Amino acid sequence: MADLKQQIIAQLNLKDLKPEDIGNDQPLFVEGLGLDSIDALELIVLLQQEYKIKLASAEEGQSVFRSVRTMAQYITEHQPKAV
Amino acid sequence: MLLLKDETNSSTTDFLLSAYKYFNVDYPKFYKMDNLCKLGFLAVELLLKERRIAEAYSPESIGIVFSNASSSLDADLHYFESVKNIPSPAQFVYTLPNIVIGEVSIRHRCKGENAFFVNERFDAGFMQFYVQDLMARNRVKACISGWVECLGAEYKAVVYLVESHPEKGALPFDIEHIHQIYEIANGEING
Repeated sequence: MADLKQQIIAQLNLKDLKPEDIGNDQPLFVEGLGLDSIDALELIVLLQQEYKIKLASAEEGQSVFRSVRTMAQYITEHQPKAV
Repeated sequence: MLLLKDETNSSTTDFLLSAYKYFNVDYPKFYKMDNLCKLGFLAVELLLKERRIAEAYSPESIGIVFSNASSSLDADLHYFESVKNIPSPAQFVYTLPNIVIGEVSIRHRCKGENAFFVNERFDAGFMQFYVQDLMARNRVKACISGWVECLGAEYKAVVYLVESHPEKGALPFDIEHIHQIYEIANGEING
């Protein structure tokens, strides 16, 4: 999950944060990291770029992007298997 | 007055980041802005450092009127580059010049009239007329105004505050003095 945190920091330009500043279960939006709707779109781009994963629907994003842990779980379950 | 001089020939992005850190501004969203917004944001930070307009005027009576030559072309080009891969939403939101007005408005709680004009050169006469007209019609009581231009390695910001109740010693708001402010900032007159 440390790599994923580093990728989130880079993708969202959160230069004041270090991976250890983000809790595994800390909410990413509103009361947690305070991300906004544009950040949500950037997280979708991150999944596509880094993991070749496309979200099936926008509604799905709400549960996937709840925390770093939920993102990591989603990636593990949906990442295309190497041939 | 020279506050910060770049002697390392750094990029516009690096220079703006250095200035942000040098002036000790604490605003995490700064990192996400494009260079035009960073430039305008920092210029207004310095402008309002000694003048707390939020205490003197209601948010609805504070306006912002900016102009430049390159519109949002700097951000447009970066976005164009990103489109070749996966388009970046964070870059797309900066592909309008008036976004810098939005960033300054959020920071300083300005909710009055605003406008962004694109002119080949700084037009002191037009800017004076427009802001004066807003004040005459009582649409604003204070207005952050000026030139915020950024394209690649070239950048320049000259901002000034126009007030209906200026502090003692403020310059008259006329074309001659706007020219003077702009030219001093341009290094054309030794101020």
